[in-house]
Amino acid sequence: MESISENAPGAQNSPMDLPTDGGGAPAASPPSRRRRRGLGWAARAEVVVLTGPALIVFLAFVIFPVVMAAYYGFFNWKGYGPPTDFVGLHNYKIILSDPTFHDAVRHNFTIVVLSLVMQGPIAIGLALLLNRKLRYQSAIRVLIFVPYVISEVVVGTGWSLMLQTNGAVNGLLEKLGMAGLKQDWLSDPKIAMWTLMLIITWKYVGFAVILFLAGLQGIPPELHEAAAIDGASYWQIQRRITLPLLGPTIRIWAFLSIIGSLQLFDLVYIIWGQYVAATAGTSTMATYMVVNGRNAASYGYGNAVAVVLFLISLVVALLYQRFVLRRDTEGAITGGGR
Amino acid sequence: MSAIKTTPVPASAPVSRRRKPHTDNRRWTTPAVYFVALLLVGAMLAPVVYIILGGFRSNSQITTDPAGLPNPWVTEGYTAVITGSTFWREVGNSLIASSATTLGVVVLGLMASYALARYKFVGRGAMYSLFAAGLMFPMTVAITPLYILVRTLGLMNSLAGVILPQIGFALPVTIIILVPFLRAIPAEIQEAAEIDGCSRLGFFRRMVIPLSMPGVITVGILAFVNSWNSYILPLFILNMDESFTLPLGVQAFASQWSVDTARVLAFTSLSMIPALVFFSLFERRIVGGLTGAVKG
Repeated sequence: MESISENAPGAQNSPMDLPTDGGGAPAASPPSRRRRRGLGWAARAEVVVLTGPALIVFLAFVIFPVVMAAYYGFFNWKGYGPPTDFVGLHNYKIILSDPTFHDAVRHNFTIVVLSLVMQGPIAIGLALLLNRKLRYQSAIRVLIFVPYVISEVVVGTGWSLMLQTNGAVNGLLEKLGMAGLKQDWLSDPKIAMWTLMLIITWKYVGFAVILFLAGLQGIPPELHEAAAIDGASYWQIQRRITLPLLGPTIRIWAFLSIIGSLQLFDLVYIIWGQYVAATAGTSTMATYMVVNGRNAASYGYGNAVAVVLFLISLVVALLYQRFVLRRDTEGAITGGGR
Repeated sequence: MSAIKTTPVPASAPVSRRRKPHTDNRRWTTPAVYFVALLLVGAMLAPVVYIILGGFRSNSQITTDPAGLPNPWVTEGYTAVITGSTFWREVGNSLIASSATTLGVVVLGLMASYALARYKFVGRGAMYSLFAAGLMFPMTVAITPLYILVRTLGLMNSLAGVILPQIGFALPVTIIILVPFLRAIPAEIQEAAEIDGCSRLGFFRRMVIPLSMPGVITVGILAFVNSWNSYILPLFILNMDESFTLPLGVQAFASQWSVDTARVLAFTSLSMIPALVFFSLFERRIVGGLTGAVKG
């Protein structure tokens, strides 16, 4: 009955054997008779019971709203009753021709670039620094991580108080004899974006440092030793060995940073409120969405903005995965469940 | 210099070397490094310290000298917040929302991950990909329909309206962390358990749950911290003061008492404490969880 070829994979006859890797591998494709018999009704019921609740919650509260966003986006809808006023692509036309939205997109991409440029080098430098033998090293690591743990609302409230025209930052500058540097940190459109970047860097650089430190500690010390024996200097070792080996970590961090920057909402909305962000030059696609969608009670429009925001993030993410991340994450996400 | 790691002879070891000679790329630290580290820590902590100290000042102190230290120390801001009911009610709400979210994520995520990791069934790959795709949907994108959905379900202004979506949005990362974890449990353990007459679900209960504890704690902490700090969802769902979580409370307090800067600073710094305490307790887990989650 059993063909020879089925013998090898059939050696494990548990229905829950460890999955062999590789989607198209012969072991996986036609389930051997034994295995099929193994996954009987009981096991199937178990699968349903185990995955059912998670699947329901996930479909209901994640997938369904996302799909509905795409649907509502075609309507002119105030949010009450079923949407009936189908307007086709009208919302999208307005969005794409609205200069305020263009500004928001531009701000988002500015934040993307500045986040990478500001946080990346700082975080790499700090991670290299902290990766040395350092007394109180663990305490330092905890302390630089503190801003990341504090909620955005606290950070936003605290910073906006400090950055007021008569706030602590200007007060400190005056005390230090640098009154000339006093600024309208939050309301001056020339400066507001840099203020935002300062806060973002302060809040999120600790996360990057922690990531990079973890990456650094995954580099086998033998490589450094070998290089040192060959006479490489400390900086040569960092540049030629550490940085290339830290590459995957840096690329993943950059990915997270880019996506986070594109979807930035909390800090801007809290610090600049609902109305000032656009004039101060810090509005983002997400704040635009909330201000022009929910706050203006035009839900159809808000959903269309959400779709545009999602598509922009998706395209950026796919491009990044295609051109930057490919070698690192080959199958890391999609292949995991095979 | 380079003799550091060649001679493990204790006698010749320099006095400063207190730990055992660890193979190392890190060089002995110079004062300059400490100085930079000190500057860094100072920059990271200064705003936090300012907020805390600001709560101990009076408004006139803050107005006349925004960057000064408390002189004299005034505790009215803090006592007003602590003795009032608003702060504690919001702490309670946040605690309920975060705990329930964490519990839900861990239970649902562990069950689903177990099935995905150790059962072979039709559509398993598709299901995993579906959950993984959830990583691409941030809450920001779905927030408006989510708000409408929650409103339709009659869960506006109730914590359940925050908890359920948060569970859903925390599931992808949970499953992505837990599936490799569960898969790494050796098949031999399972075979041994089967031979001893352990059913598959019995194996789940007796072996999988204890063995996956580190992963579970990691995803639990991630879910808790994210929920504790979450802003946009409560902003949409919770409109009544009684249902406010702490982040909403901080914002409401700041706009309500905008002229009383000292009290706002006191409220803000008190609302940092739970997160800071939680973080200092679980620092290793949080850091490990974040880095592990990123490395996949």
